[in-house]
Amino acid sequence: MNPSENIIEITSLSKRFKEVLAVDELSFTVKRGDVFGFLGPNGAGKSTTIRMILSLISQTSGSIKIFNKSLTEHRAEILTNVGAIVEKPDFYQYLPAIKNLEILAKISGKEVSKKRIFELLELVGLKDRTKSKVKTFSHGMKQRLGIAQALLHDPELIVLDEPTTGLDPQGMKEIRDLIIHLSKDENKTIFLSSHILSEIELVANRMIIINRGKKIVEGEVGQLLNSSAVKVTVEVENIDQANRILENTNWYKQIEVIKGDKITINIENKNISALNKYLVDNGVKVTALIPIRSLEDYFLSITAGAN
Amino acid sequence: MKIFRKWRTYIGFIAIGLLVPLLHLAMFLEGQNSIDFATRGLRESFVLVGNLLNGYWISYIILNALTIHIPFLIALVAADLLAGEATAGTYRMLVIRPVSRMQIVISKFLAGTIYTALLVNWLAFMSLVVGLIIFGGGELIVANSKAIIIFDQSDVLWRFFLAYGFAILSMTVVSSLSILFSSLVENAIGPIVSTMAVIIIFIILSAFDVEILRDIRPFLFTNYMLDWREFFNDPLDLSEIAKSVSFLLGHILIFFTATAIIFRKKDILS
Repeated sequence: MNPSENIIEITSLSKRFKEVLAVDELSFTVKRGDVFGFLGPNGAGKSTTIRMILSLISQTSGSIKIFNKSLTEHRAEILTNVGAIVEKPDFYQYLPAIKNLEILAKISGKEVSKKRIFELLELVGLKDRTKSKVKTFSHGMKQRLGIAQALLHDPELIVLDEPTTGLDPQGMKEIRDLIIHLSKDENKTIFLSSHILSEIELVANRMIIINRGKKIVEGEVGQLLNSSAVKVTVEVENIDQANRILENTNWYKQIEVIKGDKITINIENKNISALNKYLVDNGVKVTALIPIRSLEDYFLSITAGAN
Repeated sequence: MKIFRKWRTYIGFIAIGLLVPLLHLAMFLEGQNSIDFATRGLRESFVLVGNLLNGYWISYIILNALTIHIPFLIALVAADLLAGEATAGTYRMLVIRPVSRMQIVISKFLAGTIYTALLVNWLAFMSLVVGLIIFGGGELIVANSKAIIIFDQSDVLWRFFLAYGFAILSMTVVSSLSILFSSLVENAIGPIVSTMAVIIIFIILSAFDVEILRDIRPFLFTNYMLDWREFFNDPLDLSEIAKSVSFLLGHILIFFTATAIIFRKKDILS
């Protein structure tokens, strides 16, 4: 397996619904083994892009290559190796969970054993509800069943569109852990769309942010975060002394809040060490420097800029 | 087959299961008057003997009476076959699998045809088999525009067999039309109403004896739906039957092709 191999290659992809240009000349690549975050505010064109990647809707222009093959020409072959949840997971409500999975297994293009179905139901915590009709399931249970159906045929690429929507914090953590497990232990490539930014920050290694159908930025999550302005919380022994020392500096104007023995300052990433040195040189005992690198801040600044 | 897990599927079977026994009861109580009225002209010239109020005659009458009701029961299920997947959101689960959209359309048409065949067979069982049990066998008296024909009971069963086969074909046209409408929308109500509207409008157009309508009548599939009656002619007009069969098959093919084209290009947004 070549880790630099492109799993998804989108080139100048556009989709127009009558007057609305939902996706506009979008290009990006997802490499093998990536947990690729696909970020954007509501209405940015995320679901439309995902629907095109999964051949649910046709593109107006541009090309989609998956596993180095054109989706238009090799649709069935490609989809045999793709598992997905698109928006909310919907099932045949009048059928039991296991029957739903059996139906989907039959059309997955691969041999899926009963044992595999039971293993997946166990993996997503629905082992005791295999024979319950889906209409009796909560949203969280349906979401977990959605994950199970996406993994049925052991696909190489897993596309998850807002997989934690409607889940409680525990459920969100379980899905996150599952994504990390699939990526690290099973070497799956994961395309994860979300508007919950911390979700991407916690699991993705690469990401793209789109807005109004256009790419705003694409790259390594860590790199994108480090390139941005951050906040830092400085913990000191003597807050009054620190306050006095900072009073005559440009940093003083950037102080966001002083609380207890902590000062939170808006600062460029590269200037954090200079701040620390200045405080220490002036006799302030710094007990901790905690950078607050929030993708949310970054995301908001980027999308606000685009708007 | 998923449709047999749906409550909606059994409405048609329950409706026929309730309606036909009611008709049997009505015939049991009033049937003799009805048959006396139908044969009053004949009785002036001939002496009619034997059991004319029998299971065959009841089945023939019921088959005549249900030309609007059965299409409705067919549309109720067939219109839901594609639109129901959209309503439930399960289109997404199907279309992201490595099955072609054509395969999905074929499977829906097969499901619709199987349901139609089972429903018509159920009607045959309830009207003919149960009718024979209650009323017994006998000669079948049939009146058409040209003649009154009395069939010996040994000459009847095969005619019913072919008539019900023809009814399956004509009802499959209804099911195909419903699936076509079903491919256009995301809710089954519209296709049910549209299918029934088309059938009713076509029947009305067929009923008016006006020159301009007479010209378009051969192109309305409803015009051929009742041609199962041809099997109760003597001798059989095979060319007329072949014409009706090919016309109905042609309609199924047209509706199927249109559905396949629409569904292939359809953006799944549900």
